[in-house]
Amino acid sequence: MSKENWILLLFVLLLICLPLTESRFYVFLGTDILIFGLFAVSLNLLLGYTGLVSFGHATYFGIGAYTCALLMKKASVPFPLAFAAAGALGGISALIIGFFCIRLTKVYFAMLTLAFSQIVWAMAFKWNSLTGGDNGFVGVPFPQFLDSNVRYYYFTLGVVAGSLFLLRKVVNSPFGRILTTIRENPERTKFIGIHVKLFQLVAFMISGIFAAIAGALFGIFNHSVFPDILFWPASAEVLIMSLLGGIYNFFGPVVGAAILLFVRMQVTSYTEHWPVILGFTLAFLLFFFPGGIMGFLQGRFPGLGGKR
Amino acid sequence: MPDPSFLLLQSLNGLTYAMFLFLIASGLSLIFGILGILNFAHGSLYMLGAYFTHQFVSLFIDAPGQFWWAVIFASLTVAALGAAIERFFLRHLYAREELYQLLFTYALVLILADFAKVIWGTGQFSVSRPALLKGAVLILDQYFPTYNLVIIFLGPCIAFTFWFALLRTRWGRKIRAAALDREMLSSLGINVNRLFTVVFFIGAWMAGLGGALVSPVSAIVPGMDVEVIINAFIVVVIGGLGSFWGTFLGSLIVGQVYALGILVFPRLSLAFIYVLMALVLIIRPWGLLGRPLQR
Amino acid sequence: MILGVEKVKKSFDGFVAINGVSFSIPKGEICSLIGPNGAGKTTLFNLITGHLPSDEGKLTFKDVDITGRPPHQICRLGVGRSFQRTNIFPRLTVFQNIQAAVLAHRGKSFTFFRPVDSFFQEETGEILERVGLGEYAQMVSGSLSYGFQKQLELGIALASEPELLLLDEPTAGMSVQETHQTMEMIAKITREKGLTLLFTEHDMEVVFSISQRIMVLYQGRLIAEGMPGEVRNNPEVQKVYLGEGR
Repeated sequence: MSKENWILLLFVLLLICLPLTESRFYVFLGTDILIFGLFAVSLNLLLGYTGLVSFGHATYFGIGAYTCALLMKKASVPFPLAFAAAGALGGISALIIGFFCIRLTKVYFAMLTLAFSQIVWAMAFKWNSLTGGDNGFVGVPFPQFLDSNVRYYYFTLGVVAGSLFLLRKVVNSPFGRILTTIRENPERTKFIGIHVKLFQLVAFMISGIFAAIAGALFGIFNHSVFPDILFWPASAEVLIMSLLGGIYNFFGPVVGAAILLFVRMQVTSYTEHWPVILGFTLAFLLFFFPGGIMGFLQGRFPGLGGKR
Repeated sequence: MPDPSFLLLQSLNGLTYAMFLFLIASGLSLIFGILGILNFAHGSLYMLGAYFTHQFVSLFIDAPGQFWWAVIFASLTVAALGAAIERFFLRHLYAREELYQLLFTYALVLILADFAKVIWGTGQFSVSRPALLKGAVLILDQYFPTYNLVIIFLGPCIAFTFWFALLRTRWGRKIRAAALDREMLSSLGINVNRLFTVVFFIGAWMAGLGGALVSPVSAIVPGMDVEVIINAFIVVVIGGLGSFWGTFLGSLIVGQVYALGILVFPRLSLAFIYVLMALVLIIRPWGLLGRPLQR
Repeated sequence: MILGVEKVKKSFDGFVAINGVSFSIPKGEICSLIGPNGAGKTTLFNLITGHLPSDEGKLTFKDVDITGRPPHQICRLGVGRSFQRTNIFPRLTVFQNIQAAVLAHRGKSFTFFRPVDSFFQEETGEILERVGLGEYAQMVSGSLSYGFQKQLELGIALASEPELLLLDEPTAGMSVQETHQTMEMIAKITREKGLTLLFTEHDMEVVFSISQRIMVLYQGRLIAEGMPGEVRNNPEVQKVYLGEGR
């Protein structure tokens, strides 16, 4: 087994042992990081691997969260089904939205993803009867067999680990390799016989499915769903997480999510000025560490590998 | 069915709002057209224009024409701030991919918003209208603030002045050349760095002016930056990124949709403006008056 | 006839770039397209490969109508191409560049769950050797010198196992020695694989040494066509080409 896989195994073991610390704080933080780590990795399939800058990834996270929570609480749908439906709906909406977005490039692509995300946000915000509007949808309980923080943590760990395992396989597969050629040079990729738009759409759909899964996990974890998870700063935040960790490394976005969430938690307990700290950190990152943390580490310790 | 005078009043409100949108959006469009950067922080510059106006008005208290002096000083301060940001920070990111430039402007949004909170707190401010324009005008059977009416006429005047400057002055010509072909510029002997800073200065000035002029009309609060930037994006998308008259047209459309949409379909009005934005991007991505893209 | 071009026209905003060009190329021929800058050579290539839609006219490849078809379909039918400005995948290694093209060609691009590194190692290695990049396989392609990048580009084009190879200025920016080496390599591959070659060039020595047929494009029209000797002595060509090339 490669050095990288040994490190991964170590991390997974550490994560499994986390609840042994008997700390509610760590279990809470751990669940949060796992959820947003998956969300960020799903975005990075588009951003780092396919070269598509989406400004509306929160759409699928939100759709996943609302779908799962609403189905469970309002329609009494059993959790496994609601969860699966969330992922499916995320994929379907990504397919539809993606179909229109990939016809555009660069800033126009970004603007259309933003427009769609705002449309979904506006719907969640105003559709009081369905979503509770801006008061949010509250009182979402843990599912029957996962009715404790620790149990839900292990469930999240399992789902996220499984999802990342799948995504990593996809990224290291021929399909994933072609995505990187699309990122590098879409015109050339056309002329090695690849229907570029089709590949972009499939990537879009896959990333939507996993973002929705992360969202579904979140809705229950948070015991409530508010429209602000669909509002555009949420999309900006997950972009920042990916960039912070490093977009050219598979686990970069997880690292970024972990650091962002941890630092935010610490900072907000001392001061209200988290936004300005985030702003300066982001600016600092953009100027001096464009490859993110993993990019920096890989430069220093080449043995860390990290598939492209 | 609301009566006609009420509708007219709403429409006029929409026009007023459109003029403010036009000021920010044209700055945004100009910066995008020349520098290729979509400046998220443009709403923040607008907000600072309002805050600075409030500050300068308190400074110039009891001076004649205090409001207008405050507007001038505030908008120029914002312009200088914008130019400084471009000169010392943004410039170093030009070689990088667009994502980095975009996210830097987002970082600015975070920083400037907090900066405003630190200095002015989280409360609301308002600036009183200049003495000359304090009254209201009777239109049909409703009263409409004189100040707002003046803004409605001032808007197109500023637009025409700007357009004229673009057409006739040396800087205007350079800017138009830059919009057509950025790469050619340095071979034409134009100092590209200086041009970019000037463009950013002008764009920021427009935003600051918008914020300054809106200060008597709208509450100066944290959050006005985020609210306005999205609307500015919608305006430039509908009108056409980089098109001057497109921005004007886009502002008018968005202004009216906001003002009248609430009356016609109150629940859908929030989503409607974004649907419009999406439709334009899907059907005609270069906007109503923009230059058609290659694909 | 492997490639048929019939009365093809293309305008940009009123400027007529290609004005009714017609020609056909038989299988196995080595044909070059020459003309001064701005004559429309790259535009013509873009029309043939589907990167640009033509306004009028018909394009056929192996008797199949390819007019208006998207690039990836035309590539799949058997047309390979290199581009004027180096068109590679900079952040991927040399090996990965070629492997991607092989993957696409062999129809394995929609595979999701097997690790990509194990695919087509032999085939990729063979192509690398053929274009002389064997020892550079693990280098990041963006860091290669210009000449090697051009060789890589040729490798990518060959990986699609084309029957017709379109090369847009394959020796642009190369030294005399590099040009000779490259053209020798290209000629050798063409012979071995029985390819049909259509290339554009500014270097007249190259053009006249290996072409079996030369076509001259000027202001969007073909003004001459034929064997090297005929073309060289064509008065119109001489007028257009005063002093061009080496």
